[in-house]
Amino acid sequence: MTATTAAAHKHPNYMMIFWWLAILTVIELAVIFLPMAKFTIGVLLVALALGKAALVAMYFMHLRFEVRTMGLIAVTPLAIATLLVFLLLPDGFAVAHKSVPKKPAAAAPAKH
Amino acid sequence: MSQAAVHSAVEPAETPLTPESWGKLGMWIFLVGDAVGFGVLLASYGAMRATSADWPSPYEVLGINLTAFMTFLLICSSVTMVKALEWLGRGDRIRCRTFLAGTAIGGAIFVGLQAYEWSKLIHEGLHINGNPWGASLFGTSFFLVTGFHGLHVTGGVIYLLAMIRYVTNRPAPMASYNAVEITGLYWHFVDLVWIMVFTFMYLL
Repeated sequence: MTATTAAAHKHPNYMMIFWWLAILTVIELAVIFLPMAKFTIGVLLVALALGKAALVAMYFMHLRFEVRTMGLIAVTPLAIATLLVFLLLPDGFAVAHKSVPKKPAAAAPAKH
Repeated sequence: MSQAAVHSAVEPAETPLTPESWGKLGMWIFLVGDAVGFGVLLASYGAMRATSADWPSPYEVLGINLTAFMTFLLICSSVTMVKALEWLGRGDRIRCRTFLAGTAIGGAIFVGLQAYEWSKLIHEGLHINGNPWGASLFGTSFFLVTGFHGLHVTGGVIYLLAMIRYVTNRPAPMASYNAVEITGLYWHFVDLVWIMVFTFMYLL
Protein backbone atom coordinates (compact mmCIF):
# COMPACT_ATOMS: atom_id res chain seq x y z
CA MET A 1 0.00 0.00 0.00
CA THR A 2 1.44 3.38 -0.89
CA ALA A 3 1.06 6.83 0.52
CA THR A 4 -1.60 7.80 -1.99
CA THR A 5 -3.75 4.75 -1.32
CA ALA A 6 -3.31 4.58 2.44
CA ALA A 7 -6.38 3.40 4.31
CA ALA A 8 -7.31 5.36 7.41
CA HIS A 9 -6.30 3.67 10.64
CA LYS A 10 -8.82 2.26 13.07
CA HIS A 11 -9.37 4.95 15.71
CA PRO A 12 -10.16 3.91 19.27
CA ASN A 13 -11.96 6.21 21.73
CA TYR A 14 -9.12 8.65 22.30
CA MET A 15 -10.94 10.70 24.92
CA MET A 16 -11.38 7.57 27.05
CA ILE A 17 -7.59 6.97 26.84
CA PHE A 18 -6.99 10.62 27.76
CA TRP A 19 -9.15 10.32 30.88
CA TRP A 20 -7.39 7.11 31.90
CA LEU A 21 -4.01 8.84 31.52
CA ALA A 22 -5.21 11.85 33.52
CA ILE A 23 -6.63 9.65 36.30
CA LEU A 24 -3.46 7.54 36.50
CA THR A 25 -1.38 10.75 36.74
CA VAL A 26 -3.51 11.97 39.65
CA ILE A 27 -3.11 8.56 41.36
CA GLU A 28 0.68 8.84 40.86
CA LEU A 29 0.70 12.22 42.57
CA ALA A 30 -1.37 10.84 45.45
CA VAL A 31 0.77 7.71 45.87
CA ILE A 32 3.91 9.63 46.85
CA PHE A 33 2.15 10.98 49.94
CA LEU A 34 0.78 7.62 51.11
CA PRO A 35 2.04 6.40 54.49
CA MET A 36 3.74 3.31 53.07
CA ALA A 37 7.24 1.91 52.80
CA LYS A 38 9.40 3.71 50.22
CA PHE A 39 9.95 0.45 48.34
CA THR A 40 6.18 -0.15 48.04
CA ILE A 41 5.64 3.40 46.79
CA GLY A 42 8.44 2.88 44.25
CA VAL A 43 6.89 -0.35 42.95
CA LEU A 44 3.47 1.32 42.68
CA LEU A 45 4.87 4.34 40.83
CA VAL A 46 6.80 2.19 38.33
CA ALA A 47 3.70 0.03 37.75
CA LEU A 48 1.55 3.14 37.16
CA ALA A 49 4.14 4.64 34.77
CA LEU A 50 4.36 1.38 32.82
CA GLY A 51 0.55 1.28 32.64
CA LYS A 52 0.44 4.83 31.25
CA ALA A 53 3.24 4.10 28.79
CA ALA A 54 1.40 0.97 27.64
CA LEU A 55 -1.80 3.00 27.04
CA VAL A 56 0.12 5.54 24.92
CA ALA A 57 1.91 2.83 22.93
CA MET A 58 -1.13 0.60 22.42
CA TYR A 59 -3.74 3.21 21.52
CA PHE A 60 -2.06 6.50 20.55
CA MET A 61 0.78 4.78 18.67
CA HIS A 62 -1.68 2.14 17.40
CA LEU A 63 0.58 -0.72 18.47
CA ARG A 64 -2.55 -2.70 19.35
CA PHE A 65 -3.51 -2.70 15.67
CA GLU A 66 -0.06 -3.66 14.36
CA VAL A 67 1.31 -7.16 13.85
CA ARG A 68 2.58 -8.88 17.01
CA THR A 69 6.21 -8.72 15.84
CA MET A 70 6.06 -4.90 16.01
CA GLY A 71 5.01 -5.17 19.65
CA LEU A 72 7.93 -7.47 20.39
CA ILE A 73 10.33 -5.03 18.70
CA ALA A 74 8.83 -2.13 20.66
CA VAL A 75 9.31 -3.72 24.10
CA THR A 76 12.96 -4.63 23.38
CA PRO A 77 14.32 -1.33 24.84
CA LEU A 78 12.41 -1.97 28.09
CA ALA A 79 14.01 -5.40 28.39
CA ILE A 80 17.47 -3.95 27.67
CA ALA A 81 17.01 -1.17 30.25
CA THR A 82 15.82 -3.64 32.91
CA LEU A 83 18.77 -5.90 32.20
CA LEU A 84 21.11 -2.91 32.45
CA VAL A 85 19.78 -2.02 35.91
CA PHE A 86 20.60 -5.53 37.17
CA LEU A 87 24.03 -5.32 35.52
CA LEU A 88 24.84 -1.95 37.07
CA LEU A 89 23.48 -2.46 40.57
CA PRO A 90 26.08 -4.99 41.84
CA ASP A 91 28.92 -2.76 40.65
CA GLY A 92 27.26 0.32 42.14
CA PHE A 93 26.74 -1.32 45.51
CA ALA A 94 30.36 -2.52 45.50
CA VAL A 95 31.58 1.05 44.94
CA ALA A 96 29.18 2.38 47.58
CA HIS A 97 30.39 -0.25 50.03
CA LYS A 98 34.01 0.72 49.42
CA SER A 99 33.28 4.42 49.78
CA VAL A 100 31.54 4.11 53.17
CA PRO A 101 33.97 5.60 55.65
CA LYS A 102 35.25 3.02 58.11
CA LYS A 103 34.45 3.54 61.74
CA PRO A 104 37.48 4.84 63.56
CA ALA A 105 39.25 2.10 65.40
CA ALA A 106 38.82 2.05 69.13
CA ALA A 107 41.27 4.45 70.62
CA ALA A 108 44.32 2.66 71.85
CA PRO A 109 45.02 3.16 75.54
CA ALA A 110 47.27 6.06 75.95
CA LYS A 111 50.79 5.18 76.85
CA HIS A 112 52.28 7.16 79.62
CA MET B 1 3.38 3.15 -17.29
CA SER B 2 0.56 2.08 -14.95
CA GLN B 3 0.04 3.73 -11.57
CA ALA B 4 1.01 0.49 -9.83
CA ALA B 5 4.28 0.43 -11.74
CA VAL B 6 5.04 4.01 -10.69
CA HIS B 7 4.39 3.12 -7.08
CA SER B 8 6.50 -0.01 -7.27
CA ALA B 9 9.34 2.16 -8.55
CA VAL B 10 9.13 4.19 -5.34
CA GLU B 11 8.42 1.33 -2.93
CA PRO B 12 9.58 -1.92 -4.53
CA ALA B 13 7.87 -4.18 -2.03
CA GLU B 14 5.65 -3.90 1.00
CA THR B 15 7.19 -4.52 4.36
CA PRO B 16 5.31 -7.30 6.17
CA LEU B 17 5.55 -5.42 9.47
CA THR B 18 4.05 -2.12 8.33
CA PRO B 19 2.24 -2.66 5.01
CA GLU B 20 1.20 1.03 4.98
CA SER B 21 4.68 2.35 4.27
CA TRP B 22 8.40 1.78 4.67
CA GLY B 23 8.60 5.15 6.39
CA LYS B 24 6.55 3.88 9.29
CA LEU B 25 8.90 0.94 9.78
CA GLY B 26 11.83 3.35 9.56
CA MET B 27 10.33 5.55 12.26
CA TRP B 28 9.70 2.54 14.51
CA ILE B 29 13.32 1.42 14.10
CA PHE B 30 14.50 4.96 14.94
CA LEU B 31 12.22 5.09 17.98
CA VAL B 32 13.41 1.73 19.28
CA GLY B 33 17.01 2.95 19.01
CA ASP B 34 16.10 6.21 20.71
CA ALA B 35 14.23 4.32 23.43
CA VAL B 36 17.40 2.32 24.12
CA GLY B 37 19.19 5.65 24.60
CA PHE B 38 16.59 6.89 27.08
CA GLY B 39 16.47 3.45 28.71
CA VAL B 40 20.21 3.52 29.29
CA LEU B 41 20.01 7.03 30.77
CA LEU B 42 17.16 6.10 33.13
CA ALA B 43 18.70 2.75 34.09
CA SER B 44 22.00 4.47 34.89
CA TYR B 45 20.10 7.10 36.89
CA GLY B 46 18.33 4.34 38.84
CA ALA B 47 21.59 2.53 39.59
CA MET B 48 23.30 5.77 40.72
CA ARG B 49 20.32 6.70 42.85
CA ALA B 50 20.06 3.28 44.49
CA THR B 51 23.72 3.20 45.43
CA SER B 52 24.08 6.79 46.63
CA ALA B 53 23.92 7.53 50.32
CA ASP B 54 23.03 11.23 50.02
CA TRP B 55 20.73 11.43 47.00
CA PRO B 56 18.26 14.31 47.53
CA SER B 57 14.52 13.63 47.56
CA PRO B 58 13.58 14.83 44.03
CA TYR B 59 9.98 15.89 44.67
CA GLU B 60 11.08 18.01 47.62
CA VAL B 61 13.95 19.67 45.74
CA LEU B 62 12.47 19.95 42.24
CA GLY B 63 8.80 20.43 43.12
CA ILE B 64 6.12 18.58 41.18
CA ASN B 65 3.31 21.08 40.64
CA LEU B 66 4.82 22.56 37.49
CA THR B 67 5.97 19.22 36.09
CA ALA B 68 2.59 17.61 36.83
CA PHE B 69 1.06 20.37 34.70
CA MET B 70 3.70 19.77 32.01
CA THR B 71 2.79 16.05 32.04
CA PHE B 72 -0.88 16.93 31.62
CA LEU B 73 0.06 19.28 28.76
CA LEU B 74 1.93 16.55 26.89
CA ILE B 75 -0.97 14.12 27.36
CA CYS B 76 -3.32 16.78 25.92
CA SER B 77 -0.95 17.32 23.00
CA SER B 78 -0.99 13.58 22.30
CA VAL B 79 -4.78 13.75 22.08
CA THR B 80 -4.65 16.68 19.63
CA MET B 81 -2.13 14.68 17.58
CA VAL B 82 -4.40 11.65 17.24
CA LYS B 83 -7.33 13.95 16.51
CA ALA B 84 -5.32 15.51 13.65
CA LEU B 85 -4.82 12.06 12.16
CA GLU B 86 -8.45 11.14 12.71
CA TRP B 87 -9.68 14.26 10.89
CA LEU B 88 -7.23 13.72 8.05
CA GLY B 89 -8.59 10.19 7.68
CA ARG B 90 -12.03 11.77 7.24
CA GLY B 91 -10.63 14.05 4.54
CA ASP B 92 -10.77 17.28 6.59
CA ARG B 93 -7.42 18.97 6.08
CA ILE B 94 -8.38 22.21 7.82
CA ARG B 95 -9.22 20.47 11.12
CA CYS B 96 -6.13 18.30 10.72
CA ARG B 97 -3.91 21.39 10.42
CA THR B 98 -5.68 23.04 13.36
CA PHE B 99 -5.00 20.04 15.60
CA LEU B 100 -1.40 19.79 14.34
CA ALA B 101 -0.94 23.46 15.21
CA GLY B 102 -2.48 22.81 18.64
CA THR B 103 -0.02 19.99 19.19
CA ALA B 104 2.91 22.20 18.18
CA ILE B 105 1.72 24.97 20.51
CA GLY B 106 1.45 22.44 23.38
CA GLY B 107 5.02 21.31 22.68
CA ALA B 108 6.28 24.89 22.52
CA ILE B 109 4.64 25.72 25.87
CA PHE B 110 6.22 22.57 27.35
CA VAL B 111 9.70 23.66 26.22
CA GLY B 112 9.06 27.18 27.58
CA LEU B 113 8.01 25.79 30.97
CA GLN B 114 11.07 23.55 31.03
CA ALA B 115 13.30 26.56 30.37
CA TYR B 116 11.56 28.39 33.23
CA GLU B 117 12.03 25.38 35.55
CA TRP B 118 15.72 25.10 34.66
CA SER B 119 16.39 28.79 35.25
CA LYS B 120 14.55 28.64 38.60
CA LEU B 121 16.50 25.56 39.75
CA ILE B 122 19.84 26.99 38.58
CA HIS B 123 19.03 30.15 40.53
CA GLU B 124 18.38 27.98 43.62
CA GLY B 125 21.77 26.30 43.27
CA LEU B 126 21.21 23.18 41.16
CA HIS B 127 24.13 22.95 38.77
CA ILE B 128 25.45 20.25 36.48
CA ASN B 129 28.45 19.70 38.75
CA GLY B 130 26.92 20.17 42.19
CA ASN B 131 24.02 21.26 44.36
CA PRO B 132 23.39 22.24 47.98
CA TRP B 133 21.22 19.18 48.75
CA GLY B 134 23.48 16.16 48.30
CA ALA B 135 25.06 13.98 45.60
CA SER B 136 26.55 16.09 42.80
CA LEU B 137 25.41 13.54 40.21
CA PHE B 138 21.82 14.55 41.03
CA GLY B 139 22.22 17.75 39.03
CA THR B 140 24.22 16.06 36.28
CA SER B 141 21.59 13.37 35.69
CA PHE B 142 18.70 15.83 35.99
CA PHE B 143 20.03 18.21 33.34
CA LEU B 144 21.18 15.37 31.07
CA VAL B 145 17.89 13.46 31.03
CA THR B 146 15.47 16.41 30.98
CA GLY B 147 17.70 18.25 28.49
CA PHE B 148 17.82 15.24 26.15
CA HIS B 149 14.04 14.98 26.35
CA GLY B 150 13.62 18.74 25.85
CA LEU B 151 15.69 18.51 22.66
CA HIS B 152 13.32 15.82 21.43
CA VAL B 153 10.30 18.04 22.15
CA THR B 154 11.95 20.97 20.35
CA GLY B 155 12.67 18.71 17.36
CA GLY B 156 9.07 17.51 17.50
CA VAL B 157 7.69 21.06 17.36
CA ILE B 158 9.81 21.80 14.26
CA TYR B 159 8.69 18.49 12.74
CA LEU B 160 5.02 19.36 13.39
CA LEU B 161 5.37 22.81 11.81
CA ALA B 162 6.95 21.20 8.73
CA MET B 163 4.08 18.70 8.64
CA ILE B 164 1.45 21.48 8.64
CA ARG B 165 3.11 22.83 5.50
CA TYR B 166 3.35 19.33 4.01
CA VAL B 167 -0.36 18.62 4.56
CA THR B 168 -1.23 21.96 2.96
CA ASN B 169 0.85 21.30 -0.14
CA ARG B 170 -0.25 17.73 -0.89
CA PRO B 171 -2.82 17.31 -3.66
CA ALA B 172 -5.30 15.25 -1.59
CA PRO B 173 -5.87 14.77 2.16
CA MET B 174 -5.09 11.05 2.11
CA ALA B 175 -1.80 11.70 0.31
CA SER B 176 -0.33 12.94 3.57
CA TYR B 177 -1.97 10.37 5.88
CA ASN B 178 1.09 8.14 6.29
CA ALA B 179 3.37 11.12 6.87
CA VAL B 180 1.09 12.50 9.61
CA GLU B 181 0.81 9.06 11.21
CA ILE B 182 4.62 8.76 11.25
CA THR B 183 4.87 12.24 12.82
CA GLY B 184 2.35 11.10 15.41
CA LEU B 185 4.49 8.08 16.28
CA TYR B 186 7.38 10.41 17.07
CA TRP B 187 5.23 12.77 19.13
CA HIS B 188 3.60 10.01 21.17
CA PHE B 189 7.04 8.54 21.82
CA VAL B 190 8.12 11.90 23.27
CA ASP B 191 5.03 11.80 25.51
CA LEU B 192 5.72 8.18 26.51
CA VAL B 193 9.32 8.99 27.45
CA TRP B 194 8.18 11.96 29.54
CA ILE B 195 5.82 9.64 31.47
CA MET B 196 8.87 7.58 32.46
CA VAL B 197 11.08 10.64 33.09
CA PHE B 198 8.41 12.23 35.30
CA THR B 199 8.14 9.08 37.41
CA PHE B 200 11.85 8.32 37.71
CA MET B 201 13.27 11.85 37.98
CA TYR B 202 10.54 13.64 39.94
CA LEU B 203 8.33 11.21 41.85
CA LEU B 204 10.53 8.30 42.96
